[in-house]
Amino acid sequence: MEHGFLWLEVLQKPFHLHIPVNVGYFWLAMLILIVVSLIFARKPSFIPKGGQNVLEVVISALEDFIIENLGEHGRPYVPFLATLFIAILVMNLLGLVPGCTSATANLNTNAAMALCAVVYAELVGLKMYGAKYIKHYTGPVMAIAPILIPIEIISRLARVLSLTFRLFGNIMSKEILLMLLFINLDVGKYVLPTLPIYFLGIFVCFVQALIFFMLSMIYFQIAMEEAH
Amino acid sequence: MSRKVLLCSAVVSVLLLGLSGLAFAQELEPEVMKRGLTYFVIAVATAGFAMAIATFGGAWGQSWATKSGLEGIARNPEAAGKITVALIIALALIESLVIYTLVVALIILFANPMTSPIMKLLGME
Repeated sequence: MEHGFLWLEVLQKPFHLHIPVNVGYFWLAMLILIVVSLIFARKPSFIPKGGQNVLEVVISALEDFIIENLGEHGRPYVPFLATLFIAILVMNLLGLVPGCTSATANLNTNAAMALCAVVYAELVGLKMYGAKYIKHYTGPVMAIAPILIPIEIISRLARVLSLTFRLFGNIMSKEILLMLLFINLDVGKYVLPTLPIYFLGIFVCFVQALIFFMLSMIYFQIAMEEAH
Repeated sequence: MSRKVLLCSAVVSVLLLGLSGLAFAQELEPEVMKRGLTYFVIAVATAGFAMAIATFGGAWGQSWATKSGLEGIARNPEAAGKITVALIIALALIESLVIYTLVVALIILFANPMTSPIMKLLGME
């Protein structure tokens, strides 16, 4: 499938680089977040004003939500989960800018993030319980353990796949829909037909980032709670 | 009875005509091209119907979940926050099954793995 016009292609031509599209726009999302944080949170004042206020509202809302679900010993994992949400949100919204595309419209980015989240959750469980973490896999009664262990392993792998494909399917379909409406309808000269799908696209970006973040948090919760 | 015989003979004759076209795969007559490319017609139709059936089941499941969620909120408005969180998660999980079907449909339409072998068979590579 053709991508159409992308700023990355234009910027790469003089240097003869071959940065893949999803990597380039992931870097752009990282750049935006780093620049915003540097501008507004360089010297945090005790009484926040302006941009620092906005950042504090976002971070404190995320932190309260995570602590409410994971408990007090979930505090070390707040940065990872909050970064997941904010990064995926920015990457999704970048796809709506003309000339840019979502890095999450590519399977590779999503698979990397999903793998990180699921493997991290397992490592957290291992760290907290040690060898007794196997009780999470064997279930309440030892007798059904030979059946339940393969089912649990497959369910972990299915979590990676489902996280990946859910995000990929939603964002890719938004991109395809915008492209089709942009090219194929002549009413309003290329811009007007895309507007309704634009608003739906903004909603989908928010919801999908929230879902990825919440599901990762729930996988952490499942790994950290007491075994059956 | 005779209608059944007619229908069966029609199906069998279509199949025979279709299969006999394979013997002439070397020459690129329009007849052969049409038979060779029937695969893509069926693939596109399958993608459309698969999406419609998946959407039907997904919408039914989501509406059932929404109904239960709203009943819970109406019965206990104080728990609206927790119910809303669980409701959003449940809706996204149900919707992801429909998205899996969409991904398969997109693969069939845009990244069809049978394009290359069929083109080779028709001698167009």
